[in-house]
Amino acid sequence: MWQGTRLGCELFAEPSLTLGDYIDMKKAIASIAFGLLTAGLISTGASAQATLASVKQKGYLTCGSNTGLAGFGLPDAQGNWTGLDVEFCRAIAAAIFDDPTKVRFIPLAAKDRFTALQSGEVDVLSRNSTVTMSRDTQLGLDFPAVNYYDGQGFMVRKKLGVSSAKELNGASICTQQGTTTELNLADYFRANNMKYEVVAFATSDETFKAYDAGRCDAFTTDASGLYAERLRASNPDDHIVLPEIISKEPLGPAVRHGDNQWADIVRWTFNAMLDAEELGVTKANVDQMKTSDNPEIKRLLGTEGKFGEAVGLSNDWAVRIIKHVGNYGESFERNVGEGSKLKIKRGQNALWTKGGLQYGLPIR
Amino acid sequence: MTTAVDMSHYVRSDKIEALPPPRLTRGPLAWMRENLFSGPVNTILTLVVLYLLYVTIPPVIRFLFTDAVWTGTDRAACREDTVGHPVGACWAFVIEKINFFTYGSYPAPERWRVNIFFLLLAIGVGWLLWLRAPRRDLGAVYFFWVFPVASYILLTGGNVDFGGGFWLTFAIAAVALVGLLVAAAYFLQTSMRTALIIGLGIVAVIGITLAFIEWDFGLLPVPTALWGGILVTLLVATVGIVFSLPFGILLALGRRSKLPILRLASVIFIEFVRGVPLITVLIMANTMLPLFLPPDTGVDRLVRPLVGTAIFASAYMAEVVRGGLQAMPKGQYEGAMSLGLNYPQMMILIILPQALRIVIPGIVNTFIGLFKDTSLVSVVGIFDLIKTIEASRIDPNWAAPTISYTGYAFAALFYFIFCFGMSRYSIGMERRLAAGQKR
Repeated sequence: MWQGTRLGCELFAEPSLTLGDYIDMKKAIASIAFGLLTAGLISTGASAQATLASVKQKGYLTCGSNTGLAGFGLPDAQGNWTGLDVEFCRAIAAAIFDDPTKVRFIPLAAKDRFTALQSGEVDVLSRNSTVTMSRDTQLGLDFPAVNYYDGQGFMVRKKLGVSSAKELNGASICTQQGTTTELNLADYFRANNMKYEVVAFATSDETFKAYDAGRCDAFTTDASGLYAERLRASNPDDHIVLPEIISKEPLGPAVRHGDNQWADIVRWTFNAMLDAEELGVTKANVDQMKTSDNPEIKRLLGTEGKFGEAVGLSNDWAVRIIKHVGNYGESFERNVGEGSKLKIKRGQNALWTKGGLQYGLPIR
Repeated sequence: MTTAVDMSHYVRSDKIEALPPPRLTRGPLAWMRENLFSGPVNTILTLVVLYLLYVTIPPVIRFLFTDAVWTGTDRAACREDTVGHPVGACWAFVIEKINFFTYGSYPAPERWRVNIFFLLLAIGVGWLLWLRAPRRDLGAVYFFWVFPVASYILLTGGNVDFGGGFWLTFAIAAVALVGLLVAAAYFLQTSMRTALIIGLGIVAVIGITLAFIEWDFGLLPVPTALWGGILVTLLVATVGIVFSLPFGILLALGRRSKLPILRLASVIFIEFVRGVPLITVLIMANTMLPLFLPPDTGVDRLVRPLVGTAIFASAYMAEVVRGGLQAMPKGQYEGAMSLGLNYPQMMILIILPQALRIVIPGIVNTFIGLFKDTSLVSVVGIFDLIKTIEASRIDPNWAAPTISYTGYAFAALFYFIFCFGMSRYSIGMERRLAAGQKR
């Protein structure tokens, strides 16, 4: 105390306070302010324990969704939210309440999404967010699952006669400014020792318009976006998406760090959807499957064991998910696959048994 | 010699038909010569403008009307490759999505409530703005009390739960307020009867309002997260406009006040709010504010930007009104004071009516700016008209090259109708109020 006072006196009474001292002081004040702010962040994060209890008490799930991304989160003409990410939130609501409509969607822009999760405004963020180490470790988040393996791809005109990205040497490529897309592009072409000319635009709209008008040979963005953009072309059939994927963009739901039960619910909701697909349990046949003798199906549907109760849900939690939303494959086909206008192939998102990366962890 | 001449031989008995004026001083040709081609500079300007109109107008008309598609159920109707001719605006898209543009995600069976809200708003605005409407004093009561309460109940469903013991607290607070007013009247030696009536009036208004809000009308509750489209745009604009004028006037008076603390507070408020972009206020309100508040005390996500825009508009309005106050000649103040008027009487009867008339263009300018600024709430994830259009234009069912343009053209039309209406009304108002100035 005494020392502190003396220090204070010295700092302020010293007549020859140099500019350097002054800057140090400012830095100190800034770092204190920053420390307080982070402490505030962490404390609000920690105080949001027991998300499940608060969701049950509210009577609905708050889900951070995209403000509009075709196939993943988009309101339809009646204002109902649809899409792969949206249905995942509905699946969580179904598991908790046996009612997929007990979700409130809060559309979040990319820059607000993690803050909204940290501040407790949303219970889960299901908004095509790439899982990265820094986000997982530094932002106080957990990514319990990867519900879509995306990656950067290319679209070219058919009449160019190109069938692989390796043949794009010397091509001009339209891309969006200041995104990781631009960096990935540079890495890929340097690694393959090819030349290219980048034509960059500020917004994705402008970028695609330029490609459609013939300003460049190829257009690059995340593969899921390529299919959505192609529909807007003046002649969609004139364009093809090349098979190469040049970056890893695992997209998944996020929850706050520190509430393990809630992270478990999100993780196992997704795995139940995958397991259901693998075991052939669908929206239509889930009731018949309850009488199945297959022990894996029995454990999934809760006719054997108490797996649901262990995460704070009822034992028929997976039945609720499948009955209201369906298994992963059904949700995929309905929103982004053959059942939709996007017609994205399963590709990396096929089950591991079919050569993809989606591997449902065993329920046992 | 006689000077008498028989004039009848020289003078016509009937009048000659007047010659038409020279063709170049009357009629359309003359008008054009005088106004469009009066000199080399004028001629060149006319030709340039005509050329610009020729370049821009036909394509716009072609896009909006001639090539436009009016019917259809999905993207096939609006694509050149499927219909076989160039396609302009895809109005079929707007028609299909018009419910989403108007109500957002508001549940379809409950949308009649929003329609009634629109109707009530139109009645209120008409009642107040139409100068020859009957009982405009009742109109003010309707617009500032009945209409907000009714809209709140209609849109949210009412039936707010204040929690147990609320009415007891309210009764105690009411008695305390009335007692305080009466005591104040006693000490100031003015009429205690008036104080009692005023106190009871305030308590009655607040009490009735709260009772209505708590009453269960059997309406399905609709959370504000589901509101959207034109509903939200009009709501934000109305709240901003209705709050900004009275608050702006109070702030302007505060800034011109002789009381130092009041003046300092007003100056700090105005300068701080004016020194910050609206978008910062909105992002602060919707992204940062929840970080500082405990998770369950959060103010509603729609109310936050509403308050933000209202505060923002008030600060701008205050400066506009201050301009009017400063333009008043000193003699007006002195005249009012020499008549023995006190400060409120002087302001209400003499200064403000004249000051506000001077600044009508500025006030309407602020309103129009505010009306368009409401589209900024889309940045913080509120589904106003712009946001509903942006979300709809990426719908794969309607993916076509002209969809984005169509959506924005619709938004432009909507904003233009409202802003142009405001502008015309203010011109009429200025003319009417300036009648006393003309001799």
